[in-house]
Amino acid sequence: MTLFAASRAGWRQPSVLPGFGLTFGFSLTWLTLIVLIPLATIFLKTAGMGWSAFWAVGFSDRALAAYRLSFGTAAAAGVVNALFGLLVAWVLVRYQFPGKKLVSALVDLPFALPTAVAGIALTALYAPNGWIGQYLEPLGVKVAFTPIGIVIALVFIGLPFVVRSVEPVLADLGKDVEEAAATLGASRAQTFVRIILPAIGPALLTGFALAFARGVGEYGSVIFISGNMPGKTEIAPLLIVTQLEQYAYDGATAIATVMMVASFAILLGINLIQAWSRRRAMA
Amino acid sequence: MSRAAAVTESRLARALLIGGAMAFLGFFLLLPLLAVFSEGLKQGWSAFAAAIVEHDALAAIRLTLIIAVISVPLNVVFGIAASWAIAKFNFKGKSLLITLIDLPFSVSPVVSGLIFVLLFGAHGLLGPWLQAHDLKIIFAVPGIVLATVFITFPFVARELIPLMMEQGKDDEEAAVSLGANGWQTFWHVTLPNIRWGLLYGVLLCNARAMGEFGAVSVVSGHIRGMTNTMPLHVEILYNEYDFVGAFAVASLLAVLALVTLVAKSVLEWRFDYHHGGAGH
Repeated sequence: MTLFAASRAGWRQPSVLPGFGLTFGFSLTWLTLIVLIPLATIFLKTAGMGWSAFWAVGFSDRALAAYRLSFGTAAAAGVVNALFGLLVAWVLVRYQFPGKKLVSALVDLPFALPTAVAGIALTALYAPNGWIGQYLEPLGVKVAFTPIGIVIALVFIGLPFVVRSVEPVLADLGKDVEEAAATLGASRAQTFVRIILPAIGPALLTGFALAFARGVGEYGSVIFISGNMPGKTEIAPLLIVTQLEQYAYDGATAIATVMMVASFAILLGINLIQAWSRRRAMA
Repeated sequence: MSRAAAVTESRLARALLIGGAMAFLGFFLLLPLLAVFSEGLKQGWSAFAAAIVEHDALAAIRLTLIIAVISVPLNVVFGIAASWAIAKFNFKGKSLLITLIDLPFSVSPVVSGLIFVLLFGAHGLLGPWLQAHDLKIIFAVPGIVLATVFITFPFVARELIPLMMEQGKDDEEAAVSLGANGWQTFWHVTLPNIRWGLLYGVLLCNARAMGEFGAVSVVSGHIRGMTNTMPLHVEILYNEYDFVGAFAVASLLAVLALVTLVAKSVLEWRFDYHHGGAGH
């Protein structure tokens, strides 16, 4: 009955296949119960706390320092990942070398390794007496328990996003345009900057955005290496947890709201840049 | 200049680029992995084994398995239903639905835990009602399952939607026109077509379900032997300076990650299965 009404209203194209009502109804119900209603409580709670209370906890000095740190380190790690992710994708797509399949499988390690495991492993490496840290310490370079350590953890977490975004685009890129550029006298470096980079730019930006978004909210891999000093190495997700442990639900909610709104705004901005560059590329 | 030389780099440049990429991956991926096992085995196999068969560790392993056994099938059912509706039918608002399914990927794990505390916690919206009926969700297993299902929500659907869209609906339409009913069509036509993609989604979903830390940490309450999953147990041991214990349990999780990567690679190589997106 409902199906008939729906298709008559032009909301859904008619089909001979059965099961739309069941699968669509179930999906929408499950989505609403598990994702939409729980997420809505954040905004409900924020709306109920009043503007001045929201401002006081959501934009306190400590919260502002945490946002700066979270968004700053995520952006820095995103840039590192864009550079090295492009390098890794390039090498995997363009060159043949022994162990290539193994290396390609290893790239997905951060997707499969639990973040807490990554966190304690990186701390073991970069602590002042760690495998790598002991060589950096005499040089006066401190990694663990500083923002650099946070960036390293976020580089680990974000790398596969860039590699897996760029790889397919690089593989599909026809060699004929590169041949044409070479025939017209372009050097390899010129071809890369003028031909290849513009073609993979949108995919690279997508990879950066995914790595950045993941980095802003990342918790498990960061808290072990960051040292968690309020105002210095305290990331925003940790501040939420701290507030919760003190039963300051309003504070936790306000910080979560600011983080979510800021993340969505930045991702929307990146999407707009991409749409703009695609239009420009077509014109 | 030969045709091939025009579109590739010199031997030296190639060697440098490959070397640079390998050095980066070595430092950022391989070394952390080696560090987990090396630190876990620092005091020999017996200390390693003792940390794993210890009472609280076994309880954590059991809880992690229970969480995965509940939340992965839920996501499989949802993933199949959502991709059937989205890939086999045309309706308005389809892209909005896909965006909403992806939503949990862009939410911080900590916030994913927070929303369930706000909903079901003692001071939450439904808290008083739950208390009156003597039901416990937060700081108990149901809360951990909810947070895990939320975190892993898009995994299976995201793998199946592009795959089923690509396969179209001709096979299913043929089956239906030959008199098969919906379930028969799904079991005998659709499922064989999507099995590798489904397995791929299940692998990644399971790895995340067993390894989730932030969201579970917020809702679990960290009660040893009761609401501690393996990643949370690692954190507790680490914060108690029991590094061998922490890395021993972490090694188990690292083995899980390696098994996941191997199984995933086998799917990609043997069955030539290429998965759709990069966003996990």
